[in-house]
Amino acid sequence: MHYHSPSTFEDAARLAASTTGVTRFLAGGTDVLVQMRAGMVLPDDLIDLKGIPGVADIQQTEDGGWRIGVAVPGIQLGAHAALVADWPGVVEGMELVGSTQVQGRATLTGNLCNGSPAADSVPGLVAAGATVEITGQDGTRTASVEDIPAGPGKTTLAQGELISAILLPPRGQNGGDAYLRFIPRTEMDIAVVGCAVSLTLDGDTVTAARVALGAVAPTVVLVPEAAEAIIGTTLDDAALEALAKAASAACNPIDDKRGTVAFRTDVAGVLAGRAAKIAYTRAKGA
Amino acid sequence: MAKDGLTEFRLVGTRPDRPDGLDKVTGRARYGADISAPGMLWAAVVRSPHAHARIVKIDTSKAEALDGVKAVITRADFPEGLTGEAWNLQENTMAGDRALYDGHAVAAVAATSAFVAQDAARLIEVEYEVLPHVIDVDDAIKPDAPVIREGAADATVPEGMPPNVVRYMEFGHGDVEAGFGAADLVMEKTYKTEATHQGYIEPHACMGQMGEDGRGEMWVCTQGHWFIRKMCTDVLGLDPAQLRVTPSEIGGGFGGKTTIFMEPLSLALSKKAGGRPVKVVMTRSEVLRATGPTASASMDVKIGMTKDGQITAGRAEFRMQGGAFPGAPVDFALMCGFAAYKMPAVEHIGYDVLANRPRAAAYRAPGSPMGAFAVESLVDEMCRELGLDPLEVRLKNAVHEGDKASYGPKFGSIGLEEVLQATKAHPNLLAELGPNQGRGMASGYWFNHSGDTSVSLAISEDGTAQVSVGTPDIGGSRASIALMTAETLGIDYEDVRVNVVETGALGVNEPTHGSRATFASGKAAVMAAEQAIGEMCRRAAAKWGIDPEAVEWVDGAAQPAGPNAGKFPPMTIAEIAAKMSSTGGPIAGHHESVPEGVGASFGTHVVDVEVDPETGRTTILRYLVVQDAGRAIHPAYVEGQYQGGAVQGIGWALNEAYIYGEDGRLQNTVFLDYRIPVASDLPMIDTVIVEVPNPGHPYGVRGVGETGITPPLPAIANAIHDAVGVRLRSLPMSPPAVLAALKAKE
Amino acid sequence: MSKTHVTTKVNGDTVEFLADPRASLLDCLRDNLGLTGTKEGCGTGDCGACSVTLDGTLVCSCLVLGVEAEGREIGTIEGMAEDKELHPLQRKFIEHAALQCGFCTPGFLVAAKALLDQNQNPTEEEVRYWLAGNLCRCTGYDKIIRAVMDAAAELRGEAA
Repeated sequence: MHYHSPSTFEDAARLAASTTGVTRFLAGGTDVLVQMRAGMVLPDDLIDLKGIPGVADIQQTEDGGWRIGVAVPGIQLGAHAALVADWPGVVEGMELVGSTQVQGRATLTGNLCNGSPAADSVPGLVAAGATVEITGQDGTRTASVEDIPAGPGKTTLAQGELISAILLPPRGQNGGDAYLRFIPRTEMDIAVVGCAVSLTLDGDTVTAARVALGAVAPTVVLVPEAAEAIIGTTLDDAALEALAKAASAACNPIDDKRGTVAFRTDVAGVLAGRAAKIAYTRAKGA
Repeated sequence: MAKDGLTEFRLVGTRPDRPDGLDKVTGRARYGADISAPGMLWAAVVRSPHAHARIVKIDTSKAEALDGVKAVITRADFPEGLTGEAWNLQENTMAGDRALYDGHAVAAVAATSAFVAQDAARLIEVEYEVLPHVIDVDDAIKPDAPVIREGAADATVPEGMPPNVVRYMEFGHGDVEAGFGAADLVMEKTYKTEATHQGYIEPHACMGQMGEDGRGEMWVCTQGHWFIRKMCTDVLGLDPAQLRVTPSEIGGGFGGKTTIFMEPLSLALSKKAGGRPVKVVMTRSEVLRATGPTASASMDVKIGMTKDGQITAGRAEFRMQGGAFPGAPVDFALMCGFAAYKMPAVEHIGYDVLANRPRAAAYRAPGSPMGAFAVESLVDEMCRELGLDPLEVRLKNAVHEGDKASYGPKFGSIGLEEVLQATKAHPNLLAELGPNQGRGMASGYWFNHSGDTSVSLAISEDGTAQVSVGTPDIGGSRASIALMTAETLGIDYEDVRVNVVETGALGVNEPTHGSRATFASGKAAVMAAEQAIGEMCRRAAAKWGIDPEAVEWVDGAAQPAGPNAGKFPPMTIAEIAAKMSSTGGPIAGHHESVPEGVGASFGTHVVDVEVDPETGRTTILRYLVVQDAGRAIHPAYVEGQYQGGAVQGIGWALNEAYIYGEDGRLQNTVFLDYRIPVASDLPMIDTVIVEVPNPGHPYGVRGVGETGITPPLPAIANAIHDAVGVRLRSLPMSPPAVLAALKAKE
Repeated sequence: MSKTHVTTKVNGDTVEFLADPRASLLDCLRDNLGLTGTKEGCGTGDCGACSVTLDGTLVCSCLVLGVEAEGREIGTIEGMAEDKELHPLQRKFIEHAALQCGFCTPGFLVAAKALLDQNQNPTEEEVRYWLAGNLCRCTGYDKIIRAVMDAAAELRGEAA
């Protein structure tokens, strides 16, 4: 295995494009090292991105959004008061990934590129309407977060492309987001179901919303029907019931070691309601 | 209750710092994988990816050609012709013509680095012919199930039984049918428990060295190094006297480190590599796939009860699989099931069944948790049906000293009544419960064990003492043995050093298992100390010129026994020791026996839970362990045993389970999905140490390690029912299972 | 496979080693530097037995490559006692019988110290969640949590 530590994303992209064997990028490393250890992935080339200037930075953009470097670990997101104030749901999703120790390493970009439908940080990003900046040999492009995962362990990135930053839109006034997941224990599990809700209020009424579900389909899914169920409402009981129904209806899960189809479908609705209430409270400024 | 310094003893019952504490908080303590040696090689093991497969061909040529590879072994490198348990051990160490479970070892390599060894292992080509497999015990016992092994049944199995039944048992007493006839309520239910793993945090590790002459050394993390010595030499056809085994510090065992898994591989590889030491360290996946776990069980229980709560009869029929080899603890499960109850009539039937799973190892009170889950759940169901208080019913039917046990013999001194009374008096039972909260209780039992024990003790020149024991210290036994030794000798706790020594230094010792270390090594240490005291009294008598019988030992000194013996000032242990060279030479004591007088231990747990009705998640709100310790030598470590056992039981009840795919492969091979409880899952675990001293031990000790894992399984099931009205008769009671039960009730 | 020369600081001492690029920091600490106090319980970041600090941040050393240690500062259990004086956490673990087998203990101590370095007044719940990535199979956590809370009280200058 060859270990590379390029100093620009362009170099990283060129390296990745030129390799012929198994290539992996190293951001936090909390997935790649586990896969290597288990013999599931034995990379010929490992490209460490942590030596690229700026990858550990969180910057507010001119429009009031955020640019998050690919090697920013969860612990750094949680410690950034202004980011937490804007996007608490995004941050809490990331903070649920693994232990305190894992938080010292794991990154949003790595969590996204690992391609797991159960990735805890991804529903929050999708609900937030986040995008990613992608660097390839021919320059950069942007894409919606929900367009990156292609199925378990797969992404839509081409060989020689890599994510060079996560971009969060401006939060704006009267907005709030939240992420909840269900796990059998209180910590250390992979989500059996995850749900993120981001919404904006005008007074007591929801004027815009995005709802994303994790671990109920081959990829994290954006559920417009669930958002529609609460837009125009004050999140009253009828709206919450419609939201739960829409969330459950959007599920296309599997039975596996972590949960059953019936359980995931039911609990997706439960979590959607609970997350919406938290997002609503946050939007109210509480 | 433990008096914590208010006993009649000077040291027994106090809580000093453990002698190995400093090494263990500084990282200095050396565990299995922490050793290395000059010329050492690293091993890697090739394991079957199939639950059941014929091994058609193994091609090791590419691995052997890899630079740095020094030895490759397969079953062909092991002696042939073994029978019985030795064959079982050998077959489990390295597959013969068939791989019997996912993770079964088929080849191993030794190389100059761990990475080279792993690369070489990947180059070994194994051709398999996949065979039909069976995982679940109820499937494995069917007459047309895939046959794991022809001819594996022992003489207990009657003609015509299904082919995977390898042991059969029935025992009991009284007229069971008449008992059921006399009952006001007879209920019969089926319960199932899934296999769980001991889950010690230290993976198995050893370093073995074996020359061409068959003389060797091993460093290994184990609960019992004499067991390791015998099993390794049996499997390899060697002379046990030529293998010296030194135990490392041990990172947890819970029964799972009382047998061998990969240890013989280190010796076989070393021998083939010209005698270079070979280190074998398992990965966590290897631990979960190929060591431990406990058995899984399917159990029918029937109980008759009068309307005032008197049990009239019981019947238990248990089916357990313990993997591809005989040895599921169905016997112990049956024996413990009804142990807390006076049974006028009882019938037990048990089947030990083979399945394509790793060979079960002992796990804390082997069998008892399964039996308790079935019996204690059904007792609770019947109490609810009859509107009776489950604690009063347990008191009404409680066994006492002299009663005939459900499994036959007469009970000696036991403390069940005292445990139940202490439970009844505990404030946790008065805590108010809110919506979706419930309370459950259950009792548990373990026989406790003695076994071969050999201890030696030497008095140093300064009057301090060293004790050599053969039971590895897993949870503070150096401290408890030092306390008892110092108490007996009349010296300070700090003046006793307890060493866990290698196989060459003592007679044979059984492992630290069966809750025996503090009982058996402790009793032997006390007897060795008394022997040394006898010698010291003789030295004093010789000096004083009086009869040795006229000298007694008081507060760490010899003194004349009464005014008629003569008038001499007491001679302290330090004074005697300082002169021992000139008064007859070294002073020591030793004791070898199977110590008699084992005292059994009962415990009762009470748990409060809250169930989320929308997700099925169970949260433990409050947890109480009440158990008879006989006498707590070091109460902090007794509490630790109670708390640790309870939490393992909580894990087993709620989320731990071996999960297999359709292909028979284990799906949860890492701690991410083998879900042992984490700190944030739990409240503090309240404990009450009941002390009904065991008359069979000089300080009243009963083993305390095992009983604690037993009650949580049924106690939590009973609490969930109390909280939300659903009865879970199958483990684990995971959120999907609880939610499905809640939906079914609606 | 060629190895990479790494220069790093461990517990304040500058050390050098040759790392296989596949080797974790845990492998390098244990096998190259002989610092075996840091343990491997899982190799997948699920048990916390290999906890160390990397430039002051608590991490699992099994999830860091040895080559990534170049130019960094690493703290392990072997460096926790300063000037022969045990850290209050180490003393409290012994006093409270917060260890049985002791295998998870170094990881718990390193992780708990990282908590108390930033928060000397944690609630029981905060301690339990901070340490959720450190598995202990012996104690049921009760005495570990008590020891950490007591060490925090001592560090705050409160009588135990």
